[in-house]
Amino acid sequence: MKFAYYPGCSLHSTASDYAQSITAVFNCLHIELEEIKDWTCCGASSAHVLNPFLSTLMPAKDIWQAQRMGLDILAPCAACYNRLRLAAYKLKEKEKLRRRVAQILKVDGLIKVKVRHISDVVINEYGLERISRHLVKDLKGLPVVCYYGCLSARPQKIVAFDDPVDPQYLDRLVNTLGGKSLAWPLKTECCGGSFSISKKEMVLKLTYELLSWAKDQGAEAVVVDCPLCQFNLDSRQGEIERIYGRTFSLPIFYFTQLLGLGLGLGNKELGLEKMNVSPFPLLEERNILKR
Amino acid sequence: MKIILNEEALKWAKEVSEMIEQNIAGCYQCGKCTAGCPLAFAMEIPPHEIIRLVQLGRREEALNSHTIWLCASCQTCTSRCPKNIDIAGVMDALRVLAYRQGQTRTEKEIALFHKLFLKTVERYGRINDLQLMGRYNLQTGRPFRDFWLGQKLFRKGKLRLTTPPIKSLPEFQELMKNYREGEEEG
Repeated sequence: MKFAYYPGCSLHSTASDYAQSITAVFNCLHIELEEIKDWTCCGASSAHVLNPFLSTLMPAKDIWQAQRMGLDILAPCAACYNRLRLAAYKLKEKEKLRRRVAQILKVDGLIKVKVRHISDVVINEYGLERISRHLVKDLKGLPVVCYYGCLSARPQKIVAFDDPVDPQYLDRLVNTLGGKSLAWPLKTECCGGSFSISKKEMVLKLTYELLSWAKDQGAEAVVVDCPLCQFNLDSRQGEIERIYGRTFSLPIFYFTQLLGLGLGLGNKELGLEKMNVSPFPLLEERNILKR
Repeated sequence: MKIILNEEALKWAKEVSEMIEQNIAGCYQCGKCTAGCPLAFAMEIPPHEIIRLVQLGRREEALNSHTIWLCASCQTCTSRCPKNIDIAGVMDALRVLAYRQGQTRTEKEIALFHKLFLKTVERYGRINDLQLMGRYNLQTGRPFRDFWLGQKLFRKGKLRLTTPPIKSLPEFQELMKNYREGEEEG
């Protein structure tokens, strides 16, 4: 298996731990990634707000670049996945737009490559059965909630690769790893995304509700596959606790970090020390990993 | 109450419908979009009422609302609408119209954030969070906002001073420069 890798801007900064864990896990599973040369920003949560044409043009540049490599695109960031996937969809559906964009980018032909979300590739395509053959460590019943967010669920007919209201793929992975995924109703609720900078109070309220429900449900950690969700729940957790007066101490893991633990990888490979809410007390208490 | 629609009002409603390639006349105000909207609590005009304002051609009220800027594009409304109306798409269209006309004063900081985002991307080809946050803080007059968080992230290697250079940056910048005015539909 080989993919054109589109890491996206977050994986070079606020989600560098996600990037680290992906490299380590993909090495173990022998899934090959070739980074798209000179990839540029997909426009994320801003281009479509101010400039609809750019919101197609920016991802189109990267999509055609991958097409030249002859590989499907793998995007680990849910926002990149969403924008690339939407752009690819529009370029397929709207002939006039495709011709206009192709003319500007000086490229020919139809879009043939697929845009894939990392979880879809690892969990659905590579598959849990194959993953389980590589597992050397058990999560010992660690109770977690899986939080999927918006961007890989909606708009459902274009981006969803599981049930858009009650997705299960991360839950299935957690259970395969020997953890215990808990049912909860906020799997695909919004965390406020990029309003984290421009409208922080709103994000703190949404994330407070998410963390409260997770805690009430008995979760000891949250599992995500989106850098925006991870940032809002992890890096802002201290503020949420101060403002709302409730202590959570819930580590927010990328699914690749938990998977990496199952594969026997350690702190260094998985970037665990980069998490704002330290996972070490929990991992030591449950005898999963010693620092 | 009988509402008499004038030509001009209907023309605008049609313009928005064309932007999202959907006829929004079908909305019967069930309120399902508002019921599921995670940000409705912060909006002064709930989403279903924005749709009504568009149907009635009440342009200024819609374009000057906080609501259109507070929409997080989570698409919950769109995915639940019993009439299959792309409500999140309407919010996108209204924001674009408001932005093109410089009508951003109701939520100028949100508009500024998006503008700086695209500016940063134009400069480096990718986003540099530190630069974006720094610029945003300076231009909103709160230079120390998230200072401690920023410092912590920096120490953990989660924020960087520089962005790795991209070879094709001049071509990308040319592309952004040519289309940043955003007159075309996407």
